[in-house]
Amino acid sequence: MPKRNTPPIQEEMLQGTLDVLILRTLAGGAAHGHTIASIIERQSDDILSVQHGSLYPALHRLEDRGWIASFWGTSENNRRARFYKLTAAGRRQLTAQTNRWDVLVQAVNRILKPAGEGS
Amino acid sequence: MGLRRLFRRAAWDEERARELEAHVAHEIEDQLARGRSQDEAVRAAHRKLGNPTLIREEIYRMNSIGWLESLRLDVTYAWRVLRKTPTFTIVAVASLALGIGANTAIFALINAIQWRTLPVPHPEQLVEYKIDTHGKGRTGAFTGIRNTMSYPLYERLASTDGLGRVFAWGGGTFDLADGGESEPAQGLWVSGNLFDVTGVQPAAGRLIVPADDVAGCGTPAAVLSHAFWQRRFGANPSVVGSTLRLNGETFNVVGVAEPSFFGFEVGRDFDVAMPICSEPKLRASSLIPRGDGWWLSVMARVDGAGSGAVAAAEAKAQAISPALFETTVPPTYRTGDAESYRAFTLTTTRVGTGVSSLRSTYGQPLYLLLAIAGAVLVIACGNLANLMLARASARQAEMAVRLAIGASRRRLVRQLMAESVLIALAGAAAGMLVAGGLSRMLVGYLDTNTSRPIVVDLGIDWMVLAFTAGVGLAACVLFGLAPAFRATRTSPAQVMRAEGRGMTDSRERFNLRRVLVVGQLAVSLVLVTGALLFGGTLYNLSRVDVGFDPTDVIQMDVDFRHADVPPAQRVAMQQNLVDRVRRVPGVTTADFALIVPLTGSGWNQGVVIDGKELRPFTDVTRVGPKYFETMRMPILAGRTFDDRDTLTGPPAAVVTEGFGRDYLDGASPLGRQFHFSLGPNETPKTFTVVGVVGDIKYRGLEGRTDPVVFLAQAQEDDASADATIVLRATRPVTQELTAVVRDLHPRNLVSFSHVDDVISSSLVRERLMATLSAFFGGIAALLAAIGLYGVTSYLTERRRGEIGIRLALGAEQGRVLRMFLGESAWLIGAGLLLGLGLAYFAARSASTLLFGLTATSPAPFAIAIGTLALVALAAAFVPAWRASRIAPTQALRG
Repeated sequence: MPKRNTPPIQEEMLQGTLDVLILRTLAGGAAHGHTIASIIERQSDDILSVQHGSLYPALHRLEDRGWIASFWGTSENNRRARFYKLTAAGRRQLTAQTNRWDVLVQAVNRILKPAGEGS
Repeated sequence: MGLRRLFRRAAWDEERARELEAHVAHEIEDQLARGRSQDEAVRAAHRKLGNPTLIREEIYRMNSIGWLESLRLDVTYAWRVLRKTPTFTIVAVASLALGIGANTAIFALINAIQWRTLPVPHPEQLVEYKIDTHGKGRTGAFTGIRNTMSYPLYERLASTDGLGRVFAWGGGTFDLADGGESEPAQGLWVSGNLFDVTGVQPAAGRLIVPADDVAGCGTPAAVLSHAFWQRRFGANPSVVGSTLRLNGETFNVVGVAEPSFFGFEVGRDFDVAMPICSEPKLRASSLIPRGDGWWLSVMARVDGAGSGAVAAAEAKAQAISPALFETTVPPTYRTGDAESYRAFTLTTTRVGTGVSSLRSTYGQPLYLLLAIAGAVLVIACGNLANLMLARASARQAEMAVRLAIGASRRRLVRQLMAESVLIALAGAAAGMLVAGGLSRMLVGYLDTNTSRPIVVDLGIDWMVLAFTAGVGLAACVLFGLAPAFRATRTSPAQVMRAEGRGMTDSRERFNLRRVLVVGQLAVSLVLVTGALLFGGTLYNLSRVDVGFDPTDVIQMDVDFRHADVPPAQRVAMQQNLVDRVRRVPGVTTADFALIVPLTGSGWNQGVVIDGKELRPFTDVTRVGPKYFETMRMPILAGRTFDDRDTLTGPPAAVVTEGFGRDYLDGASPLGRQFHFSLGPNETPKTFTVVGVVGDIKYRGLEGRTDPVVFLAQAQEDDASADATIVLRATRPVTQELTAVVRDLHPRNLVSFSHVDDVISSSLVRERLMATLSAFFGGIAALLAAIGLYGVTSYLTERRRGEIGIRLALGAEQGRVLRMFLGESAWLIGAGLLLGLGLAYFAARSASTLLFGLTATSPAPFAIAIGTLALVALAAAFVPAWRASRIAPTQALRG
């Protein structure tokens, strides 16, 4: 089983990415697992094709950390589904993670596309 | 993740399953909306989600603590496996319980006798001052349980600075009864400061203080032991302040000592403690003024920590030695004794664990028994390992499959070990229960002297717990680890190919089993040989010709101190007593004996013949005329004592044959004269030998038979106020005899013992070794036989195919039988040869416990080898014979 204390860097990065994507998706309102997956796929123009299966451990992990909460509800298709929504802590986390993401992207960009070289 | 999750995992999982179902349903609807067919939609939805079971497992694992989870799984799995084979489990647990129990019991006893510290604060500060006589020996009056010091020496040490706070104690048996059959109590004389220095606390009242221990003593104070207080007074607090009679003297009971305090001698207990100043009241002639009266143990508490303080006290003791012994030479000593005395030195020994006579007597035997019990446990583990191996090979296919589909070998070993651990745990727990009973039985076995019972605190302490845990762990590793590794060291492909019809098994596994059996046989040979050696020792000792017939001889000790008979009339009183005893119906013969041989008492003197003083001292006793008849000793020459031997007649002596052989170069002692070596102021009394009787054993069954001198009771000019009578009777007479004694004076005391019981109780150590080693040896042989049976069965079973082919091709049954027996014979031969070497070394290390046998006596070894070889062959024969009877068709069809 994955050890939370000393995860491999790469896994953490991927995991963190999925986490922040989920949080971002839920910022728009409560949603169930299928909706979250669909939104992530659609909004990234299917570039980020989420393996739907990996969504649920991530959801579980986020709920475990208290960033999202879940409840059973009825979906748009009139089905029983488990809905997730952002908690206050989750909202703070989203801001922090988005900022960190921006910093990261800028840093990576500075290396990949140094000024002067243009694009 | 909270613990709540851990326990609610199942509910969580349920919910996840429903959630995933909903997800798939949504996806299918999406796909249908995009125009896919129903089939395509379902397939696509599932493809997109991935394996739902894996997802659930991942989440499930996120809710678990990894190692705890797999531990739980291992244990539940092991438990299930064990429950499926209850016979195996019960046999395994029971044999471990017995093995661990026996080991723990013996260990607990060793722990209690050897290592447990005295229950006082800072026992490590306690030292004992003893005399190193440099092999010269001391002379004088020895009495009590630890007779290392005289009172004058104690006084000197107590007033010497630098030896720590010095205290002294001594012990003896006293009588609580005030007439009639005696009621012995264990007395402990203590110096006034003893309780204060040791730090013992009272459970009621107060303890003895220095003010109690003053010359004269008045009505002495007495402190009861907690056990005695409970046993005799039902823990009644009003006993404090009442009085108690010991040997007819009155004591004031001032308090009760705390429960844990038993004195300083491990294995013994005291009933009443009283100040040393009360000794003159309890003893006919006091030893307090005597420099040659050895009846005390002198100890001290050296204050300050560590070995430095002890070393300082030791140096001081050494420094004062010459002056101490120079100035305290007892005035009664002759030149030779005085010279030895001046050369004595004072030694210092740490006594934080107390002192004990049990240590020298039972120390080595107990360690030996522990080794024997350990060996039995090892053999039992061998059998368990064999069983585990058999189980493992039955599950070989399962293991191969699991390895093939990716189980880690470590995980599999862990799972197999879980079974061993469960068995070992159950075995150790049951072993603790068994051990409690066993160690009490052991103590009961050692405890034959009814007047001084052995009291050992067998409470479980961390030492015993650690030992049991260690033994259980070792056993578990012994029988579990190797099979677990063997079972998982398989190449899956090989096993799966060979599944079903193996002609032979892999060589390796065979070898482990063979080594196990060879080892078992070797160790059993050691134990069986040991059993024969100890049994032979006991037999030899019980067959020793003691020179008299102790069967049905009753020893009767009468104490008529309180009848206040003046010394001049004591001989008459004794004679009157013996006459009345003889008149009791049923008594056939009776007479005096100052000392009954082989009962632990002794009296020896230096004999001087023709001016030559003989060394070592000669054993002496004083008897009445009919003594020889009562003890059924043959009179070889001359006469026994008779009416001529009176106080006024010429001093007569009867001697044993050995007197002539050892002292007179084989000449007849009849008519020869001798006297005893004397103190400076005594006048010699010359004895004339009037009779010669057969040799007897006087002090012990072992060793050579030395000459013994008998003097006439009627010629005792310093008769004491007690008497010992030996008698033979045709029916139980103790009640009538008690009545006779009380009739003479109501406060007379009497006690009885059977001489042959006393003698056989002196063999308790030998009997213990013989009984237990026979028991363990038998178990070892049985276990080894079972082991060999198991291995041979397994061997034949694995080679059924081969046997079938051989038989089908025309091999005779006898040939098949011989083939397997031949293989077993190799194993047996190897095991016994190895065992022979081990047994020889074991026997050599135990040689001091043997009598009439040595490590090179051929008989025990030959008998052990023959017996084990027969038993082992028989065990191998059964499966081999069965294999040779297989119908070839049946064997080949599998």
